[in-house]
Amino acid sequence: MTGKTKENNNENYLNYVKTQDPPTQHFKNCLSAFGVGGLICCIGQFIRFMLEYAGLTGDELAGTTSVILIFIGCFLTGLGVYDRIGRHAGAGSIVPITGFANSVTSPAIEFKTEGWIYGMAAKMFTVAGAIIVFGVFSGVLVGLVYFFI
Amino acid sequence: MMKKGNTVFFKNSPRIVSFAAICGSKEKEGIIGEYADITLDDDMYSESTFEKAECKMLTNAISLTIEKGKLKEKDIDVLLSGDLLNQIISASFAARDYNFPFLGVYSACSTMSESIMLAAMMVNAGYVNRAVAATGSHFASAERQYRYPLELGCTRPPQAQWTVTGAGGCLISSSGDGIKITSATMGRVCDYGVTDVNNMGAAMAPAGAIITP
Repeated sequence: MTGKTKENNNENYLNYVKTQDPPTQHFKNCLSAFGVGGLICCIGQFIRFMLEYAGLTGDELAGTTSVILIFIGCFLTGLGVYDRIGRHAGAGSIVPITGFANSVTSPAIEFKTEGWIYGMAAKMFTVAGAIIVFGVFSGVLVGLVYFFI
Repeated sequence: MMKKGNTVFFKNSPRIVSFAAICGSKEKEGIIGEYADITLDDDMYSESTFEKAECKMLTNAISLTIEKGKLKEKDIDVLLSGDLLNQIISASFAARDYNFPFLGVYSACSTMSESIMLAAMMVNAGYVNRAVAATGSHFASAERQYRYPLELGCTRPPQAQWTVTGAGGCLISSSGDGIKITSATMGRVCDYGVTDVNNMGAAMAPAGAIITP
């Protein structure tokens, strides 16, 4: 017999483990996620206003704002600051676009030691790959629906 | 009687004649810090990667063990060692610095106890006179191997555990002074269905608790 079977599971033990785990502080996490996520969005909005003031419009404006935020995310990851923010931010730092930048940059930094091609380039998307695959996939699905309606 | 249930008894009393330990900066602050021979201030151990640091820690632990036993490299008959990385690469690379044979052991967190047990069995049976059992791990390399990159900005769940940054070795000999190993119990794999990657302690605990001696 191979593979994981349901009979292996010891429900009593799993429940016991659950009671022993220190509880996740949902309220605190939500609050810090709200704060940090909101702050990142405010910074984004501030950049957007500044660029609008500088004369950018439409897609150019949205694109430039995203690029600046992505740069900030990558830069802070490289400095080793972003993971410290992330440790206290609940999900507030992982959900905005800076978090996506972080999820690409962090494996790139981590796997650089294995070489530029087989390490950094190949492993860069170990975390973000799933987001890209399902992002593109759901984009296609929505696009098809939109096309036929 | 040499074996009863899963426990083996050593009649010829193999002994742990010397031991050495190296640990990282976080471990230094904890309760085990004072027992380590070398504590690192820099988790990179002046190397370029965490894997190399792990390998260097293991090599130094093995050398220090032999040194503390007042022996030379030629006195050692075999090295039993392992670590947490793919192809137990730290142990293999540490072993290439020595002239004695190397037997790789992989047993996750129980690598140390398994290598001590196997070394004691070999010494007790009389195949070797002196065997070194050693193991090492590094938080950063294990984190990358099993979980996420270090720089990823995610919140660690409160039950998350840390892999030790450190290495240790002990010399098991058929003669000399030291702690006598009288018996060893072989464990069995015990899966109660814990799937939380951050809580491997809970996954391993049943194997320790329901041991049948």
